[in-house]
Amino acid sequence: MTTEAVRGAVDDDAAPLTHHHLRELYTLMAAVRHLDTSAVAWQRQGIIPGYAPELGQEAAQVGSGYAVDRTRDFVFPTYREMGVARAMGLDMVGYMSTHKATWHGGMYNPLESRFAPIQAVVAGSVLHAVGWAHGQTLAGHAPGDMGVAMTYFGDGASSQGDVHEAMNFAAVMKAPVVFFIQNNGWAISVPTERQVAGDSVAARAAGYGIPSLQVDGNDVVAVYEATRSAFAHCRAGHGPVVIEAMTYRRGPHSTADDPGRYRTLEEERLDAGEDPLERFKQRLLTEGVADEAFFAEAHRLAEEEEEAVRAGIADLGPRPGSEMFSLVFQEPTPALQSQATAWREESEHA
Amino acid sequence: MPETITELRSADNSKDKRPETPSAGVEQAGVNLAAVQQLSMQQALNRALDEILAEDPKSVIFGEDCGRLGGVFRITDGLQAKHGQERVFDTPLAESGILGMSVGLAMAGFHPIPEVQFDGFAYPAINQIVCQIARMNYRSRGTLPMPITLRVPSFGGIRAPEHHGESLEALFAHVPGLKVVSPSTPHDAYHLLKYAASRPDPVIFMEPKSRYWQKGPVDLTSAVPGQGTHDAVTSNGGSLTGARVAREGRHLTLVAWGAMVARCLQVAELAAEDGIDVEVLDLRWLKPIDVEALATSVGKTRRAVVVHEAPLTSGLGAEVAQLITKSCFATLKAPVERVTGFDVPYPSGDLEDEYIPNIDRILFGIQRVLEYRRG
Repeated sequence: MTTEAVRGAVDDDAAPLTHHHLRELYTLMAAVRHLDTSAVAWQRQGIIPGYAPELGQEAAQVGSGYAVDRTRDFVFPTYREMGVARAMGLDMVGYMSTHKATWHGGMYNPLESRFAPIQAVVAGSVLHAVGWAHGQTLAGHAPGDMGVAMTYFGDGASSQGDVHEAMNFAAVMKAPVVFFIQNNGWAISVPTERQVAGDSVAARAAGYGIPSLQVDGNDVVAVYEATRSAFAHCRAGHGPVVIEAMTYRRGPHSTADDPGRYRTLEEERLDAGEDPLERFKQRLLTEGVADEAFFAEAHRLAEEEEEAVRAGIADLGPRPGSEMFSLVFQEPTPALQSQATAWREESEHA
Repeated sequence: MPETITELRSADNSKDKRPETPSAGVEQAGVNLAAVQQLSMQQALNRALDEILAEDPKSVIFGEDCGRLGGVFRITDGLQAKHGQERVFDTPLAESGILGMSVGLAMAGFHPIPEVQFDGFAYPAINQIVCQIARMNYRSRGTLPMPITLRVPSFGGIRAPEHHGESLEALFAHVPGLKVVSPSTPHDAYHLLKYAASRPDPVIFMEPKSRYWQKGPVDLTSAVPGQGTHDAVTSNGGSLTGARVAREGRHLTLVAWGAMVARCLQVAELAAEDGIDVEVLDLRWLKPIDVEALATSVGKTRRAVVVHEAPLTSGLGAEVAQLITKSCFATLKAPVERVTGFDVPYPSGDLEDEYIPNIDRILFGIQRVLEYRRG
């Protein structure tokens, strides 16, 4: 499905995924699937006020996130990259805290996690990835040793002007950026064909002089290999790569959405294709990589993990109101300090 | 005093062309004469950027035409040749890209000093400025500060095309997470730019483009940063963090910033001929506003007129008027007056003298305040 060969064909030397890696990928996908569906349930139970599920996008997210080198790369997410976060080993209570309405950007440390704060403006962080990546060049990292920025966005966000500016800047500056598009078919209620003409988002890359790959986003191994290949291309100093992972948003846009208003269950069944988790499971069974006992254990671990995250979320509690004021600036203004003082006095008085 | 007002009315626009009186020596005390040079604001800004690049290896300057050309106003003239293409570079022609890229560079540990070529071209970048730069420190709980100094050639007065004469200070000052400063003299331009670029928070640096070519004394003695934003001083004792009394007076305070400071100083000289002793307060920082300086000045003069180029409604003059009223209500002789641009799109060059507060309009504003009687 490659629309244009990525120069340097990347990691031809890279070792194929071992059985251990394949099983780890499945374990991650199972954890993500269970946490994701649980988060929807938490919302229905009143544990969290809202959530943006990634059901159906586990392969695209885990496969790409698994390729990140956390010692030197950096990921720029939107608000639907829970699977990437989990694959990169983020503190998931810190991640989920954004959906608990604890703090917009989440409670994890973005610098230590190599995962930028959760971003609610679609395409808002695409340019940040370009700036960060150009910083790798400015810092004088030698080709072969560059950190790579990977920015996530969807078919809907691809309509944003910032995506055009980002791809153009990255191409002109040869910035080590992987533009990872999850084309999940829908931007809330608007289907991809109302966002993208010219066949695909990946096809646009040619206009910027950027090599692109369109990959089966429901095949975790294909996604991982495409991402690994793109990272190698960027790391070698060859400039950016566009990856368009074709997947499907099986759930609603968010827990506030009602897909029944814009698509039928029959359409969902036909368009979604095979479940990426079930598909990978069958492959592992067929290839003798894993047995039923392994899958049972993976699901037990996923349940255990979800219980721990749910307990962590429940224990979070609200942040002190003083943080509204103290975290705006590194050096707060006198006006802000006096507002904080007035807030404290009046709230204590009340 | 009121007797003299009718005479003030006769002041006409020809007085706009009078040579400007150098600002009174309020901040000249303690100046290190050996370090004082006559520089235009363009030269002072260029010198400040040169020194920032030399002193701070993490600083980078970029924007449209900033490199080989040296910027359309030549503020970055010669800097690429001296410091290299990695420190001073041209970007593609897209303001959102320039500002969005600044966020990523700051996250990677750099100190970006982007330029938006003209004020009106900050609008295409407003999402990145308001939703990203201003909020990243907050969103990231202080782990990703944004030490970005955004230089914006600002305000009108140069007969430029549309979108080249905007006054965006109220818009920026309204955004939580941004700080806003505008120098009025070459000396302040040099010191405030160096100071802004040394701070960990984003600063919108509004350069009064009509003042780029006016020369003035610049004391190049380096600044002494304080512990916080609000206590830094230059080695000669001048503050970098608050307002500046540009001219002392007893009867009324004109509050201004940017290019309007020089005009208010002209007005003060004319008023003095009629026995009206006007104080001119150069606000400099538009966020945070130096409330103490306002209280001190108007506490003394008991009358104030705020002058700005931006449109009247919801302009920064309203904020200044409220701050003055709150601290000086008991002693104010009259409501704080505003002399500003009009609630119209910035007009073509032929009409800009009608739009920008001129000497007559400022004098009328002074008159209204002086003649005000309660009841």
